[in-house]
Amino acid sequence: MARNKEALVLLLDVGPTMHNILPELEKVCSMLVQKKLIYSKYDEVGVVLLGTEETNNELTREVGGYEHVFVLRNIKVVDGDLVDVVQELPRGTVAGDFLDAIVVGMDMLIKKYGPTNKGKQRLCLITNALCPIKEPHEGTKDDQVSIITSQMTAHGMKLECIIVRGVLSDDANKKIMDENDRLLDLFSKNTWARTVHVENLTSLFGAIRTRNVAPVTIFRGDLELSSRLRIKVWVYKKTSEEKFPTLKKYSDKAPPTEKFATHEVKVDYEYRSVEDPGKVVLPEQRIKGYRYGPHVVPVSSAEWEAVKFKPEKGVKLLGFTDASNILRHYYMKDVNIFIAEPGNTNAVLAVSALSRAMKEMNKVAILRCVWRQGQGNVVIGILTPNVSDKDNIPDSFYFNVLPFAEDVREFQFPSFRNFPSLLLPTEQQQEAADNLVKMLDLAPISKEEMLQPDLTPNPVLERFYRFLELKSKHPDAAVPPLDETLKRITGADPELLSQNKSVIDDFVKCFELKENPKMKKSAKRLPRAREENFEDPHNVKRLKTSDSMENMSAAMVEKVGDLTPVQDFEGMLSRRDDPDWVIKSIKGMKNKIYDLVEDSYEGDNYNKALECLVALRKGCVLEQEPKQFNDFLHYLCKFCRGHDLSDFCDFLASKGMTLITKTEAADSEVTGDEARSFLVIKGPVVEEKSLNSAREKRPHVPVAMQSHFCAR
Amino acid sequence: MELDPDDIFRDEDDDSENDFLQEREATKELMVYLVDASPKMFSSTCHGEDKEKTYFHVAVSCISQSLKTQIINRSYDEVAICFFNTRERKNLQDLNGVFVFNVAEREYLDRPTARFIKDFDHLEESFMKEIGSQYGIMPGSRENSLYNALWAAQALLRKGSSKTADKRILLITNEDDPFGSVKGVTKLDMMRTTLQRAKDAQDLGICIELLPLSSPAYKFNMSLFYADMLGLEGDALAQFLPSTTARLEDMKDMLRKRMFRKRRYRRITFSIASGLSIELSAYALIRPTVPEAITWLDSITNLPLKTERSFICADTGALVQEPLKRFQTYRNQDVKLLADEISEIKRISAGPLRLLGFKPFSCLQDYHNLRPSTFLYPSEEEVIGSTRIFIALHRSMLRLNRFAVAFYGSSTHPQLVALIAQDEIINSSGQIEPPGMHMIYLPYSNDIRHIEEAQMDTNFSTHATDDQIKKAATLMKRIDLRDFSVCQFANPALQNHYAVLQALALEEDEMPEVKDETLPDEEGMARPGVVNALEEFKLSVYGDNYDKEESRANEASRKRKAISDNAIKEYANYNWQDLADNEKLKDLTVSELKYYLTAHNLPLSGKKEALISRILTHMRK
Repeated sequence: MARNKEALVLLLDVGPTMHNILPELEKVCSMLVQKKLIYSKYDEVGVVLLGTEETNNELTREVGGYEHVFVLRNIKVVDGDLVDVVQELPRGTVAGDFLDAIVVGMDMLIKKYGPTNKGKQRLCLITNALCPIKEPHEGTKDDQVSIITSQMTAHGMKLECIIVRGVLSDDANKKIMDENDRLLDLFSKNTWARTVHVENLTSLFGAIRTRNVAPVTIFRGDLELSSRLRIKVWVYKKTSEEKFPTLKKYSDKAPPTEKFATHEVKVDYEYRSVEDPGKVVLPEQRIKGYRYGPHVVPVSSAEWEAVKFKPEKGVKLLGFTDASNILRHYYMKDVNIFIAEPGNTNAVLAVSALSRAMKEMNKVAILRCVWRQGQGNVVIGILTPNVSDKDNIPDSFYFNVLPFAEDVREFQFPSFRNFPSLLLPTEQQQEAADNLVKMLDLAPISKEEMLQPDLTPNPVLERFYRFLELKSKHPDAAVPPLDETLKRITGADPELLSQNKSVIDDFVKCFELKENPKMKKSAKRLPRAREENFEDPHNVKRLKTSDSMENMSAAMVEKVGDLTPVQDFEGMLSRRDDPDWVIKSIKGMKNKIYDLVEDSYEGDNYNKALECLVALRKGCVLEQEPKQFNDFLHYLCKFCRGHDLSDFCDFLASKGMTLITKTEAADSEVTGDEARSFLVIKGPVVEEKSLNSAREKRPHVPVAMQSHFCAR
Repeated sequence: MELDPDDIFRDEDDDSENDFLQEREATKELMVYLVDASPKMFSSTCHGEDKEKTYFHVAVSCISQSLKTQIINRSYDEVAICFFNTRERKNLQDLNGVFVFNVAEREYLDRPTARFIKDFDHLEESFMKEIGSQYGIMPGSRENSLYNALWAAQALLRKGSSKTADKRILLITNEDDPFGSVKGVTKLDMMRTTLQRAKDAQDLGICIELLPLSSPAYKFNMSLFYADMLGLEGDALAQFLPSTTARLEDMKDMLRKRMFRKRRYRRITFSIASGLSIELSAYALIRPTVPEAITWLDSITNLPLKTERSFICADTGALVQEPLKRFQTYRNQDVKLLADEISEIKRISAGPLRLLGFKPFSCLQDYHNLRPSTFLYPSEEEVIGSTRIFIALHRSMLRLNRFAVAFYGSSTHPQLVALIAQDEIINSSGQIEPPGMHMIYLPYSNDIRHIEEAQMDTNFSTHATDDQIKKAATLMKRIDLRDFSVCQFANPALQNHYAVLQALALEEDEMPEVKDETLPDEEGMARPGVVNALEEFKLSVYGDNYDKEESRANEASRKRKAISDNAIKEYANYNWQDLADNEKLKDLTVSELKYYLTAHNLPLSGKKEALISRILTHMRK
């Protein structure tokens, strides 16, 4: 476990020019520490600040110099306090010298580990590198860097520099910047150092590796070009999804006094005969069956083992082919990387030669791989070159899995060419589309490419860790909204949109969308409509519905839909082919209103819900069904007050919503005064609901009301 | 839920999340094979040599092959096999000269079973005895066996609605002139009634197909009768014969795999700009194909089992309901999360698919991939006008060589995707690539590992010289797969799986040999041109050291071998049973214990106690 223990020193620039990005830095550093707490709790972390007013480091005390470098925390095992520490970084007042900070960080690592722990020590510098580096007492800055790098190499340290620039540093001194960049470049030339430039906050989030996974080879052995030539290679995963943490199931059965309760839940499987459910069969008494037509063929494991496909371990070349023969969408899985066996000069050169030749000739290689002995299947895949532009990084290959014949489903689709002109864009529309594709450019030449996968963090994970931290302090906390910085990932960049407003407007104007009236009849829509509404209550409004109205009322409406609930309701109510339509329409409308209110976020659906409610009221008066409406309104208000939605009741009151009175409908038992005051004096508040149960799924219509329907 | 420990085929794929959108089209096929069993069918296909291979044999083996494929590919389809021109009769209407082949526990038209296929395989041997062959249409009698056969088949296909099932009759015969033996008015009359019978069947939604068996010596003449029956004219008639020959071949070597009907797996709303969302249909065109799930059986009764899952509180041992709460230990406490909160965390985007912008293809790296892609095609079902916008973007993207970046807000894996426009590609055999967009799931920075940078080496130059690159290029030209197409290989494990399953189900004596098509072409690699290019490349990179390195590698394996040999030798010096019985194993050293483990090929890892318990478990067996 401790084998992969990592020591990390964060070198954070908190000087005045960095202040605007410190909030983001705090978030990303705390996430880094949080992940360590969960996944590698024996890792050790130190934090060094540069650009602070005060000075606090051992080197100053020992040899002098190194001012404005502040050791916020010495290297020690991660703990919860560190999360709090990095969440409140002090703001510095002076320009920091990152070279000083690197030396202080190195010194800390050397003092702590000496010659041990090689290769598992990492320095992570985050700065904008805008401030000048002090002239050394002797030699040049370059000499200094070369001394530092040789020390770093000797102690097996790695350095990661994240340089925050671009829009975040407009008025910088170009000369200083260039010199600093040159110095940093020297690091990556001379030792294990990696420099990443980021130009926006989203990329900053992505650039910092918050979780350090020790790479494991999935294959070590020969890449067999033929039986005559084998190249020694190692294969690693290049991409592998960082999964959402697997949370344990919680059991609250243990008495609260029990201090050492694990609260875990074990899952137990029992196998019972389908025909005789009383009979339990032990796991080892089972036998595997495979379906053959309507029957199942039992096959014992031993039998199967004897006849199953058993390929020999090995990675063999089948041949080279033009890159254009393999379309991108055939890549099946996450990606592997082939590197030459480390330290094996000839293998490195062989891989390099092939890789470069492949790139030059636009060729790819097709391989057949069996990574492990005993693997049940072979893998066919494509090797593409990964030519490195740095001298000290060897060339390598990417490997993607390709499908077998069985994996491709040959569905036929109508050709666009044969479509009637009604379905094809006009010249003007095509031009608008061309403009959109050209102008909505995420990779402009002069700027950093936006949303580069390598610099785009997973927003779900960020949100999870933030929520976890929040919950550990306030168990009742609600899920926080997505971080502003990360909204650039899920939605278009507002800046890009405003720059291209005319192009986008042109495009929108050029095309017209209509809802298909025929679809209203489909019963299949029900579950889906629910789901989509759930995902995005707004999307209802986003469709253009202006001229679809008359189409719709013409068609016979059978349910209250999402787009035009009021019209649907009225349509259903006016149907005279079956008296049940009245009840059906009222019920449908109630559900609709309910959904709207419940799914509303900060009241965004309230207006729509009100429209529906008004229509429902009108309908109930017209059909003389006051009880239906009054009961529902009572129920709705009770529900809202119980679920933190009481602003909806207030909203209704402000719009003058009332119960249906005796004067409006004879069956009503409500007087005028009662009707008006109903929403103003607050109805009884539902008490028993805790926050938890409030979030539970509700029945679609309250049971009491359903029985009311039946009684009729 | 782990039910299959050596689950080699599974792949994490969440396609099932939206399975409810089944398209309403014909979901199964009902097929009647109508096989001519007249004496003419029992003549040999080629005169003289090889008497065994009769037309009848060709027909029967072809059906047998096709059944074996079907039972795996589309096991819910139903078949009936019906012979006509037979001596005996067996059919619903008790018509003369028609015999429906069947086995016990099966309706005439039903799903194929192992027994059905097995008995059918052996049918030829007993055919003459049990069913018999005779001409059904004879001068002087009014019997019309072809008419009867069509009628019987039509009756079989009365089952099921034509809306949900494709109904087909496949007529296999080598007689191009079924009414050749009768003359005059009788002949005309018989032809007319037969044609009418066929037309009636076609009117009921039954598709009649013909598989004519011809030989090099004798061409099947369609114009005598069957062209009329099938309604073939002009070009279609000319094309017919060659196409059936190909079909016969197809039936013989079809790939065994589960077939998927074209089915949309979900609908996606694509939001292009605020106020403009179009509707797309998503299809899974490429997904790893796996054999059907295992059904666990009771090994004593062979009856199916169902799995019941129960949750047990680890602290109290009490049975609990599936808990809604999850927890993560963090900062020395158990932080509890509700299932709803977890889905709330994952719900980070409004709208399923949202356009963010466009990039040139140089931005899409080969390692930007996580899962199989999804195919998108426009739909007018709910939003009219979607196709037009889709095609406009599709064309622009193709023309400007750009792909779109969008955010796909699925409920389980919200992530960035690349949308690549794919133009339609057609060749002589049909559509190769459908027009549309492929949605490629992009990794986040969290998912990308920096392996190559960890290999940084400051000691020597890591890049090949121009000469080495040139030699590599020459080699590449030599080993060029010119017509390589993705998916030209069948999955050997899957084909083996089905072949073995078939052999076991049909109780065949011999286990089948499945050819592994994925092995390299050794012969091609041994061609002098290739060998030369290889040797030159080798020389330019390795100099004369290649063989030395090889032997060094061999040395390592030799060393390993020596260690294990030594272990086996040492192993013999101990009385293991005795040591185990007297609990003296713990007195041995770890390296001594490892002799036992090495000798028995057991894992060597773990602490001493683990080693001892491993030895004890092994001994007990």
